[in-house]
Amino acid sequence: MDAINSSSARKDNLAMIIFVAVVLTAPLWGKLIGAGYPDLLQKFAIFGLFAIGFNLLFGLTGYLSFGHAVFLGVGSYTAAWSFKLLSMNPIPAVIFALLLSGLFAAAIGYVSLKRTGIYFAILTLAFAQMGYNLAYSVLTPITNGETGLRVLRSDPRIIDSAFGVQIEGSPIGSFFGIEMTGYSGFYFCAAMLIVGFYVALRVFRSPFGMKLVAIKSNQTRMEYTGYNPKPYLLTVFIISGMYAGLAGALMVIVDPLAGAERMQWTASGEVVLMTILGGVGTLVGPLLGAAVIKYFENIFSAINETVLQATFDFLPAGLQNFMVAVVHPFVGEGWHLTLGVLFMIVIIFMPGGIMEGIRRLTNWVRRRKE
Amino acid sequence: MAPETGFPCEQFYYHEEVDKVMSDDIKNFSTLSRRGFLKTSVAGAMAASAPAFFVNNAYAYTNAPKGSTVTFGFNVPQTGAYADEGADELRAYRLAVKHINGEGDGGMLNTMRPAALKGDGVNGKKVDFVTGDTQTKSDAARASAKRMIEKDGAIMITGGSSSGVAIAVQSLCHEQGIIFMAGLTHSNDTTGKDRRKYGFRHFFNTEMSGAALAPILEKEFGNDRVAYHLTADYTWGWSQEGSIKKYTEALGWKTGDAVRTPLGAGDFSQYITPVLNSGADVLVLNHYGKDMVNSLTQSVQFGLRDKQVNGQDFQIVVPLFSRLMAQGAGDNIKGIYGSTNWNWSLQDEGSKAFVKSFGAEYGFPPSQAAHTCYVQALLYADACQRAGTFDPCGVIEALEGHKFDGMGNGPVEYRQEDHQCFKDVLVVRGNEQPASQFDLLKVVEVTPRSKVEYSPTMDGYSGNLGSCQAA
Repeated sequence: MDAINSSSARKDNLAMIIFVAVVLTAPLWGKLIGAGYPDLLQKFAIFGLFAIGFNLLFGLTGYLSFGHAVFLGVGSYTAAWSFKLLSMNPIPAVIFALLLSGLFAAAIGYVSLKRTGIYFAILTLAFAQMGYNLAYSVLTPITNGETGLRVLRSDPRIIDSAFGVQIEGSPIGSFFGIEMTGYSGFYFCAAMLIVGFYVALRVFRSPFGMKLVAIKSNQTRMEYTGYNPKPYLLTVFIISGMYAGLAGALMVIVDPLAGAERMQWTASGEVVLMTILGGVGTLVGPLLGAAVIKYFENIFSAINETVLQATFDFLPAGLQNFMVAVVHPFVGEGWHLTLGVLFMIVIIFMPGGIMEGIRRLTNWVRRRKE
Repeated sequence: MAPETGFPCEQFYYHEEVDKVMSDDIKNFSTLSRRGFLKTSVAGAMAASAPAFFVNNAYAYTNAPKGSTVTFGFNVPQTGAYADEGADELRAYRLAVKHINGEGDGGMLNTMRPAALKGDGVNGKKVDFVTGDTQTKSDAARASAKRMIEKDGAIMITGGSSSGVAIAVQSLCHEQGIIFMAGLTHSNDTTGKDRRKYGFRHFFNTEMSGAALAPILEKEFGNDRVAYHLTADYTWGWSQEGSIKKYTEALGWKTGDAVRTPLGAGDFSQYITPVLNSGADVLVLNHYGKDMVNSLTQSVQFGLRDKQVNGQDFQIVVPLFSRLMAQGAGDNIKGIYGSTNWNWSLQDEGSKAFVKSFGAEYGFPPSQAAHTCYVQALLYADACQRAGTFDPCGVIEALEGHKFDGMGNGPVEYRQEDHQCFKDVLVVRGNEQPASQFDLLKVVEVTPRSKVEYSPTMDGYSGNLGSCQAA
């Protein structure tokens, strides 16, 4: 027994080391696929964190929340207000965002978890839509509606002014003097992602994680063995909400602006897509899914006709125009179409997402070796 | 290139000789700002993983062009409520790039005065461009602007068709030290309380719309009116509602209800029904793009224009009008008053030249969105040429207080205090007898610049530009 444990622990440590190495060298390998610029790398880390947290709930317990974006929004607004009232240091922003999104998750989870399956999904969706509409119009003094909550130079910032920190130009998040833009912003997000990934790994391997999987496989049987699933469900719902809150806070930390559209149902749907595309219930899958979707959104959407003309320049003129005409609907403003096609292919042929694809590939390679 | 003197940001001056850079870096160390110093030290710490860090440090301005081209970033809505405007903006930008590079018939390059551009690129470099989709969302717009700045090396960002987005992108550009030439943004805040040193707007604003529209409304509809506002719920809508209220109440009008509607609502029937029984006799639609097309069409379908209230004909006013919207709303716009920045039917040399080359390229006349974006791209390129550099500090100085003519609006000035263009404003009416499918707006009045001018420190419109160096 001990031998098994220590060998799996060694495996986990190795996975963790590889993960850290891959994340920290992202600016290097990102260049190879045209993603090596800070904004997109920050998005990879932030949405990766969001998806990892979502997967703790959906992947382990099978409870599909369709309203996780509300926690993203709460985290964002909290961080923005922490920037406005306290300090441009991201630490209080992160702490308050975690607390407040945890609180929201406790309240929403307490009500929603009274139901399962589709009813649970609809309840969470309803809460998220409520949150969105509150942020969009009702709570305009707190959220500044459609325009979005911006951090201004004239804000009080009690802690900063107590220490005599002056803001030159526009306010930017600053981690004890290191500005949270560009690559330093990315490394802050990356550090959070690594911590988040480690916590998720621990949850997966813990007895608590076992119970969550038990809920997924057969809740009734679990109840018969003497466990009440509700506290476990609520706990994981809160944890997962806090991941989303942290992701929302990071969005504000690297770019001090919080908008209501982050809470829209499309944002909630997006994280479901990320998780399913990457592989539900796997550790790394959601992160891959998040990266693929953000890559499409930022890189594919930017390919315009001129770029295509240049790409197919090596072909004769007629063929070049033909190729441009064929490819054009799938790039630029049509990037959603490509993503949809990709999503369908993955779901139909690899229901386990990208991770299943990787697993099949490694198995195939191993079999060929034998 | 010898460092020029006289710019307020001399210590930031870019040295083109790359081999000199390392020694200059040491020399400049003492003059670096706090932020610049931090950037440099952080960069040092991370140099191992990110060699590109050394490229855009404090001793050079952001994205100083290398090689034979310079990259402009066109950030326009390709999806959402303002997608039509965005598509037209992109057409205009393509045309502008062609003309700057000396292809096509030159368009307004032949009519603009003064003109430093010669149709051989800018400062000896050909103009290249990248595009992005703002989705009419602040988040998406900033992400795509960041991509153009960080990945594609854009020297300038321009475009957009929403004030919320314009303000968000403008402050981002200011932080990054990139000039933002605003596209279609009509809210006072863009050059009012949210003005930025790096942001410039050619388009007019709601204050000017209100000032230009009020005398016409008085002449046509009298002084005893009750107005009901439907307002797009974001910075532009609030600003538009505010200025129309201000100017109509000065005429003696009363304001009934002012209802906020979400951007991109699609169906406005629930907002229009209450208007019928509110006792108001004028409906002001503070909507734009597809929102305006939908709300106006539904208002007409609900029979508002056939009604009599308080013994007067019920009237609808659309403060900000464009030909694209008029096209979308069809017959419903006939006889409706509004204001516009520019219309293709204008007969001055600049407008004629632009309409001619746009028409030859795409087969239909340009919209006001296309016009303002085309002009902005040309003005930026011209300013770089006049400054002899792409250094934003130099370009800003060349743009501030710049007076020009021959670009479709008569004599125009980029006011130094708030980076807002001041020019004549057009009051238009939906054409009752259009001569063609594009002849939809009839210019009823050209309100001279003096009538729409306001003080840059006026209450509620003043803000802090910030300085070129601090960014």
